[in-house]
Amino acid sequence: MKIAIVKNYYGDFGGEETGGNVPKEYTADSTAWPLWEVFIRSKQGLDHKHAGSLKAADAQMAIENARDVYTRRQEGVSLWVVESKYIHASNPDDAESLYEPAEDKIYRHPTFYDLPDEIKHM
Amino acid sequence: MQLHDLEKKFQEKIDKEIKIEPKDWMPEAYRKTNVRQISQHAHSEIVGMLPEGNWISRAPSLKRKAILIAKVQDEAGHGLYLYSAAETLGTSREQMIDDLHSGKAKYSSIFNYPTLTWADMGAVGWLVDGAAILNQVMLCRTSYGPYARAMVRICKEESFHQRQGFESLLVLSRGTPEQKAMCQDAINRWWWPSLMMFGPKDSESTNSDQSMKWKIKRKTNDELRQSFVNMAVEQVKLLGMTLPDPDLKWNEATKNYDFGEINWEEFWAVVKGNGPCNKQRLAARNKAHKEGAWVREAALAYAAKKAAREKAA
Ligand SMILES: [Fe+2]
Ligand SMILES: [Fe+2]
Repeated sequence: MKIAIVKNYYGDFGGEETGGNVPKEYTADSTAWPLWEVFIRSKQGLDHKHAGSLKAADAQMAIENARDVYTRRQEGVSLWVVESKYIHASNPDDAESLYEPAEDKIYRHPTFYDLPDEIKHM
Repeated sequence: MQLHDLEKKFQEKIDKEIKIEPKDWMPEAYRKTNVRQISQHAHSEIVGMLPEGNWISRAPSLKRKAILIAKVQDEAGHGLYLYSAAETLGTSREQMIDDLHSGKAKYSSIFNYPTLTWADMGAVGWLVDGAAILNQVMLCRTSYGPYARAMVRICKEESFHQRQGFESLLVLSRGTPEQKAMCQDAINRWWWPSLMMFGPKDSESTNSDQSMKWKIKRKTNDELRQSFVNMAVEQVKLLGMTLPDPDLKWNEATKNYDFGEINWEEFWAVVKGNGPCNKQRLAARNKAHKEGAWVREAALAYAAKKAAREKAA
């Protein structure tokens, strides 16, 4: 028995016109949208957590795009978006002076205090 | 601090499995390698939508159509996660997209092969996504934080891609003689290009050593390729089909399947732009970008107008 497979040499295949990535001159796109950071509350009662970022013309579009990109599998029940330029970050070079002073203040933890075993509910 | 001190501290962090974050000091070459690799990866997700998007309107049932749309939509998201990760290294989205469209940047060569029958959708899911997953699972532990986090999200979504592909082939493999023939034909055409996805042999790969030392990569091209072969050989049996390689043979000494020589001439030809569809892919991307310019402009104008109105009120 002869079996014929129909192959679609259209749409996805260009016949003779093949090959050659010819580099062209391009300029940065002036129609680019600003960058936004996306925060998702995964379940009622939990905090919003950073999920990623995306481009959008305004806040409403940022929320719509965030819904399409970050919540396609029920990842969230609420979204926050903020334009990335409004986020200020601490400098990693300051990490020592910022966070190390907390290291020797162990009295801030409940386990620092030695109490008799008989004591209950504390 | 002296440069070599900074480099030493950097390598110590890598050795201790501490992730590198955008504002941390990093060697210029580390930044560059990551920008190149992440943007290339992003472009692959985007260009990868073209051969599959081509079959959405020709899917054989509503169910298959819905699945294919969901998969293509996922790939768009993957592209976005990766572009965002690359942007944290100081490059811009516009620059990366320009580099793709001008032909300066590369994307995975696999997408320069045509999808000729419906069975190709199954073979792409099983083999192409399958090969990509091996690489992506490794990259979930890559040393650059934003890249690793993007990969974790991608891997969560990716496993359905491979499973739907295999299931679709399974249906064909139990179908009519024509469907069976289509299934085997698609496997025959996608097998070798899928093996090429892992890149040149370790002995030919130029930046592999440094990437391993910086833990950008954790497995070599040949290691990943071998695990792919070992898995596929077992999986194809469930389809009752064969892989188009007469040299495939279990090797008791290495506990691996030995396989035939890859056609590296073809590999380099496609990388250099002479594959069956290189030109179509770039033309399609350029056309979409150009024809979408008015949409991007209109959205900006609308946002500006709305903001002005809100300010006045
Ligand atoms: Fe993907
Ligand atoms: Fe995928």
